[in-house]
Amino acid sequence: MSARAGPALWAAALAAYGFLYLPLAVVVIFSFNDSALNAGWVGFTTSWYAKLLRDGDMLRAAGNSLAIATASAAISTVLGAMAGIAMQRWRMPWLPALVMTPVAMPEILLGVSLLLFFRQVLDLTLGFFSILAAHVTFSIGFVALIVRVRVAGLDPALLEAARDLGATPWKAFGRVMLPLIAPALVAGLLLAFTLSIDDFVITFFVAGVGVKTLPLQIYSMIKVAVTPEVNAVSTLLMALNLGVVLAALRAAPDLLRRL
Amino acid sequence: MPLLEIRDVSRRFDGSAAVDRVSLSIEAGEFFTLLGPSGCGKTTLLRMVAGFDRPDSGTLLLDGAPLEDVPPEKRPIRMVFQSYALFPHMTVEGNVAFPLEMERRPRAEIRSRVAQALELVHLADRPGHYPDQLSGGQKQRVALARALVGRPRVLLLDEPLAALDAKLREQMQVELIRLQREVGVTFVFVTHSQDEALALSHRIAVMNAGRVEQVDRPERLYAAPANRFVAGFVGKTNLIEVEVQRAGPAQLALRAAGMGEFIAAPVAGLEPGERGAFALRPELVRVTPHPESVELHNRFPGRVREAIYLGDVTLYTVETEGGLALEAMLPNATPGRAALLHPGDAVVVAWRHDAGVYLRG
Amino acid sequence: MAERREERFAGESRWTRWLVAGPPAAFLLLFFAVPALIVVLASFREPGEFGGLEPWLEAGHLRLTLDAYRFLASDWIYAEIFARSLLVAGLCTMLCVVLAYPLAWVIARSPRRRRDLMILLVVLPFASNLLVRVYAWIILLGPAGLLYTPFAVVAGLVYVHLPFMVLPLYANLEMHDPALLEAARNLGAGPWTRFRRVTFPLSLPGIYAGSALVFIPILGMFAIPELLGGTGDILVGNLIKEAFLDNRDWPLGAALSIGLTVAVLALAALAARGARRRAPATGALP
Repeated sequence: MSARAGPALWAAALAAYGFLYLPLAVVVIFSFNDSALNAGWVGFTTSWYAKLLRDGDMLRAAGNSLAIATASAAISTVLGAMAGIAMQRWRMPWLPALVMTPVAMPEILLGVSLLLFFRQVLDLTLGFFSILAAHVTFSIGFVALIVRVRVAGLDPALLEAARDLGATPWKAFGRVMLPLIAPALVAGLLLAFTLSIDDFVITFFVAGVGVKTLPLQIYSMIKVAVTPEVNAVSTLLMALNLGVVLAALRAAPDLLRRL
Repeated sequence: MPLLEIRDVSRRFDGSAAVDRVSLSIEAGEFFTLLGPSGCGKTTLLRMVAGFDRPDSGTLLLDGAPLEDVPPEKRPIRMVFQSYALFPHMTVEGNVAFPLEMERRPRAEIRSRVAQALELVHLADRPGHYPDQLSGGQKQRVALARALVGRPRVLLLDEPLAALDAKLREQMQVELIRLQREVGVTFVFVTHSQDEALALSHRIAVMNAGRVEQVDRPERLYAAPANRFVAGFVGKTNLIEVEVQRAGPAQLALRAAGMGEFIAAPVAGLEPGERGAFALRPELVRVTPHPESVELHNRFPGRVREAIYLGDVTLYTVETEGGLALEAMLPNATPGRAALLHPGDAVVVAWRHDAGVYLRG
Repeated sequence: MAERREERFAGESRWTRWLVAGPPAAFLLLFFAVPALIVVLASFREPGEFGGLEPWLEAGHLRLTLDAYRFLASDWIYAEIFARSLLVAGLCTMLCVVLAYPLAWVIARSPRRRRDLMILLVVLPFASNLLVRVYAWIILLGPAGLLYTPFAVVAGLVYVHLPFMVLPLYANLEMHDPALLEAARNLGAGPWTRFRRVTFPLSLPGIYAGSALVFIPILGMFAIPELLGGTGDILVGNLIKEAFLDNRDWPLGAALSIGLTVAVLALAALAARGARRRAPATGALP
C-alpha cells in the first residue's frame, strides 16, 4: 500500500495506545507499591498479594468464579457448537436471532429479565445455579459465532465425501468435522471461560446475597475503600485474561482475521 | 438388466426444473458420460445418484433395487469430487484407508489394499504426505484411489479434470481410460467439454436445460446428431436452414436460401415443403479454386471471406454467391496441395451426397 | 462456492436438524425468550409489599395496571434522564469515533504482518474485567481531583468502549482501495479534501457498525456512572438498577427496561439500515 500514514497520524495512534494502556499500567505498578494510598511511589513490595491470599472472602469469591467459569465454558461450548453448526448447515432464520440477540443487547436487560424469571417464576434462591444459567445464556452466542465462521470455511464436499465413502452421519461428524473445527472449539471454550470470569453486570443482578464472584467482590471493595489489595487482584485478573487470550490465539490463529 | 437405472427423475429448485423427467440406463462396465453446458442439470443428477439429494419425482435403481431411502454411506457408489475433497487432516494413506475403516476391515487388509490402490494410480511413493503438499494431479489420483479402494459398483466423477492445465488434462484422460478398462468399474462422468466426452466414453448422454437430448456412442453422436442442440454442442457444425424439395427412399433433395438445391442422405417420413436444418461438419466441406477438379453433385461457387490458420488445419469461411456463409476445415499438410487460400479468392465449395444430416424442426 | 440450495441427503430424517439445533434453542427459549416476556408482563403488574410482584391473577381476575407507565410519564425527570442518557451516549460515541479513527487508519495502512499484532494490542485491554478498567480510572482521577465529575464518567465510558469502535472501523478501512486516494490526488485534491470527500464517506458503514456497538451498551451502563460519577441516578441504567435492587419497585424497573429495549431496537434498526445502504459503495478490492 502506498498511502503511508504521516507522522501526525502516527503520533495520534500512539497516543491512543497510550490512552488504552496507561491506566492499566498504573494499576499494575501500584499493586507493588509499598503504600496504602495510590498516590506516590514509595517502595517495592508483594505484601498486597500476600494479603490477598489470606483474605477468606476473596479466596471464596475466586473459587466461585473459577467453578462457575469452568462449568459455564463447558456447557456453552457444547450448546454453542451445536447452534453454530445448525446455523451454518440448515436454513432456520429464527435461530441466529435467538442465539445472537443475548450478545447484542445491553447486559442490564439480560440481568433484569433473569432476575425476574428466577425469583418470580421459579421462586429459586439466587446463587450458583442462577449465575451459571445466566453466563451460559450470553456465552452461547459467542461460541456459536466462532464455530459458525469456522464451519463456513470448510469445504462442504469434505462431509459429503465422508458420507460417500461409507461414514454414517455420526462417524462423518466425529472423524471429519470435529477435528477440523477443533481450533474454533478451543477458542470458544477459552472465550466463554473469560467472559464468565469477567462478567459483572449480569452477575450483579442474579447473584443474590449468598454467592460472590470475583468481580462482585472487587465491586464491594471499591465501594468501601480504594486499597492496593484491589490493585493486586486486578493485576492477577489481567494476567489470567492475558493468558487465556494468548492461548485462544495459539489454538485458532486465523480466527482474529476471519472475524 | 442395466446396472444403474434412472427412471423419469425430476428435481426442481426455486420453481424451475434443474432435472426434467430424465430416464437413462447405464450398463455394468461402461464409461458413461453426462455432457452438457453449465446449468444443464448433469451435476444435480449425479448428486442424486450419490445420495446427496433426493429427486422430487421418479426413481433411481441399482441392480433393480430402488435407492430412494438408502443413505449415501450405504450405497456401493463412490464419487470423485471436483475439488477432490481430500481430508486435510489425514495423510494420503489415511485418506485412502478411510472407506475401509468405515467397513471395519482388519488392519492388515487395509494396509495391503491401500498400497494396491496407490499402485494402481501410480502414487505409491507418497503415503505419508498431507494433501496440501501435493500437486493438483497428485490430489486427483489420491481421490481416485480413495474412491476405488472399496471396490464400488459405480464410480461418479464430477468434472474431475476441470482444474488441471491442458497438458495434465490430456495425461489424466489417458490415465482414466486405462483405469476404467483395467478395473472394469462402471464410470459415470460429468463434463462440459465435448472433446473429453468423445475421447473417454463408451456412451454419452447430451443434456440441456434439465433434459436428455440424445444418448449414443460418441461416433453416432457426432455423425448423426438428433437435433440442432446436439449438432451445435458436439463439435463444430454448419447449420443451414433448408426446405425439403423431394423426399424419396433413395434420395433427399433440400433447398437452402442463398445456395440452391442439393442432395442429402434420405430420412424417412418427410414431406415436401417441410422446413428444417441441415448439419454439415466443416471437415466434410471441400474448398477449391479449381472447379473442374471437383466431381461432386453438391457444389456451389463463392468467395473466401475469412481464413483462420490453426496450425494443423485452416478454418475457412466461404460466402456463396447467394450470400450464405459456410465453414470449411482443411488440413494444411497435404502434399501437392495448392497454396493456402486467401480472403477474396474465388472458390467452389462441395460435399458428398451422404455427408451431413437433416434435422427436423 | 456453490449456492446454498435446500438439499436433503437420501435417508436423512427431517429430525436431524432438530436434534442439533434443539438443545441450544430450548435453553435459550427458557433462559432468554421467556424471561424477556416476563419483563413485559411484569411492567403491568403491581409491586409486592416486600419487594417482588403481586400475583397477576387472583381469584380469577386480572390484577394488571398501567401504574408503572403512568408514573414514568407523569414525572418529567424520567424523560429528562432518558434524554440525558441519549446525549451522554451520543457524546461518548462521537469521542470514540474521533479517538478511534487515527488508530484504525494507522493499523489499516500498516504492513500486513504488523496489523494483526496491532489489532491484538487494541483488543487486549478489552479482555480485562470491566471493573478493573473502571478502577484504573478511579486511581488516576482521584489524586487529580477529577473523580465524581461528568468528565470522569465520560472518560470511563469512552475508555471501556473504544476497542468496539476501533475494530469495525478498521475492518472497513482495510477494504478501501488505495487507488481511490491516488486517483483523487491525481485529480487535484489535497489531504483534507481527500479525507472529507473520499475516505470519510466510504468509512460510514464502519462508523455505523461501531456506533451501534458503543451507543447501545452505554445506554444500559450503571457501574461506570455510579463508581466514577458518585451519584447513582444519572443514566437509565442506574435507574433500573435502583428500581430492582434498592427500591424494590419491580414493575417500575420492568417498565424502564421496556423503554430501554424499545430505544435499543430502534437504534439497532437505524444502524443496520445505515450500514446496509452504503455497503455497495466501499470501493472494496475484489
